[in-house]
Amino acid sequence: MNRPAPRSPGELFLAFNRLALQGFGGVLAVAQIELVERRGWLTREEFVELLSASQVMPGPNVVNLALMLGDRWFGWRGALAALGGLIVVPLGIVMALTLAYDRFSAVPHVAGALRGMGAVAAGLVLVTALKLLGTLRGNRLGPWLCAAVAAATFGAIALARWPLAAVIATLGPLACVLAAWKLRR
Amino acid sequence: MNALAWPELLALTGHFMLLSLLAVGGAITTASDMHRYVVAEHGWISDAQFTSSIAIAQAAPGPNVLFVAVIGWNVAGLPGLIATLAGTLMPSTLLVLAVSRWAAQRRESLGVRAFATGMAPLTLGLLLATGWVLAEPFVRAPDQRLGALALIAVTAVTMLKTKTSPIWLVALGAVVGALGGL
Repeated sequence: MNRPAPRSPGELFLAFNRLALQGFGGVLAVAQIELVERRGWLTREEFVELLSASQVMPGPNVVNLALMLGDRWFGWRGALAALGGLIVVPLGIVMALTLAYDRFSAVPHVAGALRGMGAVAAGLVLVTALKLLGTLRGNRLGPWLCAAVAAATFGAIALARWPLAAVIATLGPLACVLAAWKLRR
Repeated sequence: MNALAWPELLALTGHFMLLSLLAVGGAITTASDMHRYVVAEHGWISDAQFTSSIAIAQAAPGPNVLFVAVIGWNVAGLPGLIATLAGTLMPSTLLVLAVSRWAAQRRESLGVRAFATGMAPLTLGLLLATGWVLAEPFVRAPDQRLGALALIAVTAVTMLKTKTSPIWLVALGAVVGALGGL
């Protein structure tokens, strides 16, 4: 299979730096656009698979995703390059903002701009979820079980406000056992 | 900002290392315990400093986990920043690398395939829930509802129909917000 892939840890660093700098209020939506749609390094299915693994392990999802991808292509050097790309420049910006914060936090336009960016960030996450729903088409659980698991997860987190760890600890094993049963048949 | 001695810095690092391993679903899920440790128990920073640390990291580009760096900086300057950021990133990094290498060698096993198959719908349900949780505060505030829903709708349509970079939509959101649109 001749799919595009990064040629060096340096290219990986630049790719993750670029997507980190576009990610306001969370990087996941941009990561999907950059890695899957723009560069073609991953299929949507592979992205969902990596995201699943990132989610059940401790640590920030995007950081885990960067580490696993970097490691897959270039071993620990790739993992460090991806992680560095993700945090080095943004860390500089966050610290600059921290130093400037005291001077500008009272300006109402600044607070308004932050709200506007927050609304767009919410829209970006929702769109990413909608796009990735298509990857469930080939899922061996079948459409009804997929819909049931996704809806139960959404309800538990968004409506019932269960803690994430509790949701993953209960629905996760259940979904995996169902999947194992379907895969065996 | 405080000048922390070595034992205190080590304790700070150790506490964030412990939280790193508990942070399933991102570092933000352990923010309540960070608050307990640096604000309530040690009094190194105030409530307002803690909240603004999170808000600043969310407003800036990049992963939200950088809020731990801002907390570390407010606690003890550069040494504090290194303590909290390295403490947060190191344990989960080592664990993730070990587990993903282990799983890569067993890609075809029933266990790994069942995980990928079963967790996919759960992951997408989670992503939808995240979008909902981010949008909900705007939808609940009557004076922000209209502007926010319009921005979300414009974002959705643009991203589904065109290849526009999301950065332009974020800029649009900032301009609309600064002009008092929500």
